[in-house]
Amino acid sequence: MSNYLKYGYLEVKDVVSFPSLKMITKHPVVVSECIQEIPCNPCVTSCQFQAISMEGINGIPVINFEKCSGCGKCVSICPGLALFLIGIKGKKGLVTLPFEMLPVPLKGEKVYLLDRKGKEIGQGDVLRVIFPDKSTKSAVITVSFDNIELIKSVRNIRSLK
Amino acid sequence: MREINIHPILQFSHGKELKFTFDGKTMKAYEGETVAMALYRSGIDIFSESPKLHRPRGMFCAIGKCSSCMMRVNGIPNVRTCILPVREEMVVEKHEGFGKLPDYIEKFAEPFEINKEVAIIGSGPAGLSAAITFKEFGIKALIIEENPQLGGQLIKQTHKFFGSEKEKAGTRGFEIARDLIKNIENSSIDYITNSTAFAIDENKIGVFRNNQYMKIYTKYLLIATGAAEKMIPFPGNDIPGVFGAGAAQTLMNVFGIKPGRSVLMIGAGNVGLIVSYQLLQAGIEVKAVVEAMPTIGGYFVHAAKLRRFGVPILTSTTIKEVRGNLRVEKAITISIDKKFKEIPGTEIEWNVDTVCLSTGLIPSVNLLAQAGCKLKYVTSLGGFVPVRNKDFQTTNKNIFVAGDVTGIEEASTAILEGHIAALAILEKMGLKTKKLKIESIKNLNNLRGSPFSKKIIEGLKEVECE
Ligand SMILES: Cc1cc2nc3c(=O)[nH]c(=O)nc-3n(C[C@H](O)[C@H](O)[C@H](O)COP(=O)(O)OP(=O)(O)OC[C@H]3O[C@@H](n4cnc5c(N)ncnc54)[C@H](O)[C@@H]3O)c2cc1C
Repeated sequence: MSNYLKYGYLEVKDVVSFPSLKMITKHPVVVSECIQEIPCNPCVTSCQFQAISMEGINGIPVINFEKCSGCGKCVSICPGLALFLIGIKGKKGLVTLPFEMLPVPLKGEKVYLLDRKGKEIGQGDVLRVIFPDKSTKSAVITVSFDNIELIKSVRNIRSLK
Repeated sequence: MREINIHPILQFSHGKELKFTFDGKTMKAYEGETVAMALYRSGIDIFSESPKLHRPRGMFCAIGKCSSCMMRVNGIPNVRTCILPVREEMVVEKHEGFGKLPDYIEKFAEPFEINKEVAIIGSGPAGLSAAITFKEFGIKALIIEENPQLGGQLIKQTHKFFGSEKEKAGTRGFEIARDLIKNIENSSIDYITNSTAFAIDENKIGVFRNNQYMKIYTKYLLIATGAAEKMIPFPGNDIPGVFGAGAAQTLMNVFGIKPGRSVLMIGAGNVGLIVSYQLLQAGIEVKAVVEAMPTIGGYFVHAAKLRRFGVPILTSTTIKEVRGNLRVEKAITISIDKKFKEIPGTEIEWNVDTVCLSTGLIPSVNLLAQAGCKLKYVTSLGGFVPVRNKDFQTTNKNIFVAGDVTGIEEASTAILEGHIAALAILEKMGLKTKKLKIESIKNLNNLRGSPFSKKIIEGLKEVECE
């Protein structure tokens, strides 16, 4: 029995694949934490760069890291909130994640970085906020932080307030 | 006092203020709100008493399916207040025992009769999609809906739906509902809300609406009555504050009311996981989700969304007891072994004021049973479901079915089923719909291609006849 169905979260080792460090130094690249065969494919159809493919509608998204431009469109459309961008800019790690709670943090705000279990694993700065548009209504937030290692674990944030 | 003031997805606007009385006290409500919602908004938890032991009763399903919220309204006992819109000066009272009829009853208006070629009972995604299909072929069906609003369960789904572009994947459920409803309203399709269909006799449907009895004569009937939430047995399961998870959803996502301050969710299927996440969005604490099975039953991504906010999901765990005087005060859970036996010493006490049950849905087949349609018990479909053919025609050849009433599935399948059933009826009327119908049946099978649908496909084999 796989543990993620017992506890409801993935370990880093369960994530199908990560792009290389070199790749994400150029620009952020999407990683998928959608690991079950469910009838869903908006990530595939929303990508202008054909970076995501799937076998039929029930397949698991497969990412061609080379083709991904890091635009983040799939992050905001994914109904399962299971896509994230990871990147490295200078000496900082970057994670872009969908966010559907209030308050939406503001650019420049300091936030707690949370892992897949909601545990605090550090602090970071909100680098960019794309406010929800009429159709998706999920905000997309990019945080930056010092410990580059954390790009594989930061999957949520919480306001310091 | 239980108002949701800000919400990341929804905006609530209230109708004008109305006044009514509850056990002699003046209460406030918003126009369009039901009696139970208005009372709950003002902090009232107890709506009635159990007839024999006089235990307090609150509401449970909030969609007109159970009897937990029954009260005396303007002298009439046993009125389902969760689906009854408040009117100015209404007199609402708790009643004891089984409720007595008043000495004097205003005479009900004479029944009136309507003739319709097609009637649809239930305005969830299945019923609405059928009505739209009929319209496209120039047939005006009549929709009969017992809730004040059209849309069934879909109006409270605030999450984005899976699927492909065809099924509007990535769109939130309530927005899909809004588009369907707009289509109905803009095209002069006839519908009656606050109208309960209670009997079917050959080509007649008995409908009750605002003290008015209606006889609807119809050639074809589509039953799309959806499903009701299951109650499970445990001590204290009747204490006010124990809700169906769908009721919590109705309160917060339709009416903007907080169901409680702190919640324990029972069941980690999709409903339990999604409603827990929606509770967080409404600013309510979710202490944990417990699940009797050793693994999470819903989609993993829904579980992951919750875990990221620190909500534990405890598998191989069940609810042992709920305690509280007039409202839930504590819930006790316990671990269970592989044989579902409780493991002594593993109890956990949770300080919560609300317990939500998401332990499955049961197809609402009462009308089908009453109409003499053959039913069969199929575990993987949720209980008794109608025997039917690929056209969704029951053993009563003028009665068709679609949606959750045929077996618990999803809105996306309900929409397609309503469409197919309507096409089949149109075909019987002599219209050329066969090609479209066969194509839609193919689409439906495609939607059921994921491993999650395996059990459903097995179950369907048991009820689909030629
Ligand atoms: C929490 C939750 C999350 C969900 N998430 C998804 C999802 O992500 N994707 C998805 O595809 N589906 C989802 N669903 C499932 C979806 O909402 C249902 O499958 C769908 O609404 C079923 O449609 P229906 O038309 O069969 O019934 P319903 O929507 O239940 O509608 C039935 C209607 O019939 C009316 N009715 C019943 N009896 C009578 C009567 N006697 N007289 C008059 N009217 C009557 C009821 O009032 C109701 O309005 C979810 C459900 C829940 C509860």
